Amino acid sequence: MLAYLTGRLLALLPVLLVVGAVVFLLIHLTPGDPARVLLGQDATPEQVQALRHDLGLDRPLIVQFGLWLARAVRGDLGLSIFQHVPVTDDILQHAGPTVMLSLLAITVALLIGIPAGVVSAVFRNSWLDQGSLALAMLGAAVPSFWLGLSLIVVFAVNLGWLPSSGYRSLSQGAGLSLHYLLLPALALGLPNSSLIIRFTRSSLLDVIGNDYIRTARAKGVNERAVIFHHAFRNALVPILTVVGLTFAALMGGAVVTETVFSLPGVGQLVVSSVLRRDYPVIQGVILMVGTIYVLINLGVDLLYFLVDPRVKY
Amino acid sequence: MAQGALFSPAVSPARPGAAGLLWRMVRRRRITGVGAALILIVVLGALAAPLLAPYDPVALNVPDRLLGPRDAHPFGTDEFGRDILSRTLYGARLSLLVGALVTALAATAGVLVGLAAGSSPRADRILMRIMDGLMAFPDVLLAIGLMAALGPSARNVVLSLGFVYTPRIARVVRAAVLVVIRLEYVEAARAVGASGARILARHILVNCASPVIVQGTFITAYAMLGEAALSFLGVGVPPQVPTWGGIISAGQVYLRQAPWISLFPGVAIIVSVLALNLLGDGLRDFLDPRLRYS
Repeated sequence: MLAYLTGRLLALLPVLLVVGAVVFLLIHLTPGDPARVLLGQDATPEQVQALRHDLGLDRPLIVQFGLWLARAVRGDLGLSIFQHVPVTDDILQHAGPTVMLSLLAITVALLIGIPAGVVSAVFRNSWLDQGSLALAMLGAAVPSFWLGLSLIVVFAVNLGWLPSSGYRSLSQGAGLSLHYLLLPALALGLPNSSLIIRFTRSSLLDVIGNDYIRTARAKGVNERAVIFHHAFRNALVPILTVVGLTFAALMGGAVVTETVFSLPGVGQLVVSSVLRRDYPVIQGVILMVGTIYVLINLGVDLLYFLVDPRVKY
Repeated sequence: MAQGALFSPAVSPARPGAAGLLWRMVRRRRITGVGAALILIVVLGALAAPLLAPYDPVALNVPDRLLGPRDAHPFGTDEFGRDILSRTLYGARLSLLVGALVTALAATAGVLVGLAAGSSPRADRILMRIMDGLMAFPDVLLAIGLMAALGPSARNVVLSLGFVYTPRIARVVRAAVLVVIRLEYVEAARAVGASGARILARHILVNCASPVIVQGTFITAYAMLGEAALSFLGVGVPPQVPTWGGIISAGQVYLRQAPWISLFPGVAIIVSVLALNLLGDGLRDFLDPRLRYS
């Protein structure tokens, strides 16, 4: 186990290095001098020169990358051009809504995806199966931002049940927070349930075809226990993989959903930073999300160990 | 047992054209036909937009602003009195063009990377680490970062999304190359003295076509969704060009008075992406039965 863990962590390093390199090179794709880009239009030539020296822009690209990476690893992502605060602080201040939205949205996706997938597999080729698959097809085609706007029209504008925008943190009360986050979580969770439906269905169908399921049925275990105790637990491993993938896709989708519902999260931070050309913030957010994604995948791999005793490292 | 069941389609002697292939695909899975028909309708609508659109998609007509759907404007009008049906039809042109160009770019780059990685273990180690790293970013977020660096324009949307989806093609091509390169006919080609480049181009590449076509269909769908998201956020195609994402974004302000502005382009996105996904599923079933879902 320990050897596996070390190996797995070492294998992460090249991937994280590429993640860092992509984010680092983004700034060099922009036309013009990165120092001027980083400082914004109203910087004096002296400031630009000082930053050039600070960032080592006169040195080879690879050295610059090394210096930048060394800072990034210590959590120093530079200063925001617009707010003049450390990017790390800026991101952390906006993290709350994004984390809450992502967690609620994956909950929605699981609450829809797993039951729909199980029903689909158990009642294969029935109208329930067709309905679940149709839902999955539709979910994969609906842009989450359009679904968000449609939910606002129905539930906020016409019915007046839920607010159309804004955010209340958990400290202001869990109920109130949920009230504000329900529509965004539905808008983001529904489209992301489609992969979970399809994978739960196919994974469960694979398992149901096994001999031990026939044995369990033959010895008179009731169908509910066969599905949940014998089949579902074994179908869980591939499902976990797709839940990890979905969570990552969802963090990208959160960027767009936050804009629809005016949630003051990381997504809104990155979009407003693009419009203000605040490159250090854009780099910081992308680096952080990429790193979280890599870590989530690691977490999923380690979860296999808990879920499936056959997996030995 | 029927004759057809004995032979897989890949080795059957008859080589039907595209229409014949589509017909056989539709017979296997009827919903594929629905997808193909819907895509055809969207493509024809986009091509014939100047003939079909009842109004100029960009000309202002303020007296008719924010009209609901009615005979003269089946999809209603926006805050400048522009006809939403006309704008949606013209939006299809840009959306499909971006989808097609992104797919072409990702397929070209992905095939080159995949061929190099599949045929050289040394290149494989480096290239696939890079591809893994690129796939660690959520699609839309990486595209936003690239758009921030390159600046908003339709061309840059194509470049950004093409870059974002290259690893998906590279992965399937690499996997196909690794299988094909061990087959006996490659050995035979080598034995008769064919050069490495010729083997790659004439013998290996053609056998990677199926996964590229299947992935390419899905990438077209992703790219259309991605373009819509970027334009919706205001970091994609500049707003003066009618795009589906852009129209939806403009309608966001008038959600209370005129929800139809955002409604119809959204339906257009759903229909197009659904159609491409249905077609992609049909192609996957038909071209690569091993990858079938159930």
